[in-house]
Amino acid sequence: MAEQNATNTADPVTLKDLFIQFFIIGAISFGGGIIAYERILLVEKRKWLSSDQFMAFLAISQTMPGLNSVNLAVLAGDLLRGKLGAFIAVLALIIPGSVFVLALGLLYSENANHPLANDILMGVAASACGLLAAITLRIGGDNWKQIKSVITIVTTFCLMSIAKLALPVVLLIMAPIAIYLYRPRANS
Amino acid sequence: MSHLPSLFLTFSLLSLLAVGGGTAVLPEMQTLLLQNFAISHTQFVHIYSIGQIAPGPNMLMVLVIGYQVAGIIGAGVVMFSFFLPSSILCFYAGRLWGRFGESPWRRSVQDALEPISIGLMASGVYAVAKASIVSPITIILALITLFLILKTKINPVLIILTSGLAGLIALQYF
Repeated sequence: MAEQNATNTADPVTLKDLFIQFFIIGAISFGGGIIAYERILLVEKRKWLSSDQFMAFLAISQTMPGLNSVNLAVLAGDLLRGKLGAFIAVLALIIPGSVFVLALGLLYSENANHPLANDILMGVAASACGLLAAITLRIGGDNWKQIKSVITIVTTFCLMSIAKLALPVVLLIMAPIAIYLYRPRANS
Repeated sequence: MSHLPSLFLTFSLLSLLAVGGGTAVLPEMQTLLLQNFAISHTQFVHIYSIGQIAPGPNMLMVLVIGYQVAGIIGAGVVMFSFFLPSSILCFYAGRLWGRFGESPWRRSVQDALEPISIGLMASGVYAVAKASIVSPITIILALITLFLILKTKINPVLIILTSGLAGLIALQYF
């Protein structure tokens, strides 16, 4: 990917600019939607990537393990400034939230046994649970309507939560089965 | 200090297992943290929930776990072990992509991993629910959040913070 760089950007992106842009995303993306912020930066604001390139990067990010938003930063950083660019983009993306979350964590460590803190956390945790359920439903999208998806979802859930198998085992069982179910069709 | 190698190994493994994003490893993380570092399910869910208030990639709460286990160095170790292995893998996958291009099997793998990661997320919901849905008030708050996230565009951070306050007020009066 790095070799393509010279051909498709007239002005090379500076590491400083890369850092600042991803830092801003890392600092303002309260409540999620980080992929959307990345698309706005990379495709619309700076035009560092074409829309097709972005979709290809997103597909790689979703296929590989790791957080999609972080993987996207790796790929975009590599395209723009090689290995160092990938490192800088990821670092910039996670620094603001890391500082934020550690400050909250410090507060939590010091007040975890305070009754008032516990009452607040009870509501916060219940709400976070509702949020996670909503995100799962939404990401599921059309998967909830296809029989083979629903079977895969339910089987994975049962292996993990009912049979209580370890995650590597669940993946070793489910990945080959699911890849077989979703194998490329000759006519599509 | 003796926890650092164990922290490193645990989060490197989780990093490489995080198919379809970080939430897929929540149930496994909860189990491993209880086994290896005696972090209770309630503590885990508290830290997870706090993490939802922060900006940036949504699993940064793992740093707080590192901090709880081994202080600020623990947070640093977790940051590198949770983000570096998957990033290196993705980096080289990205470079190989140019060489092999789009294959129909890539699409198959992505399509196949999607329902698996949704199943794992459902397990995550179940794991978080077991530790957070503990009373009628918590059921109501979770359902209201679910409804608001699905039906409105209100920022989740606002909903979570309001829910914290609502829970506090409800507990004072009921």
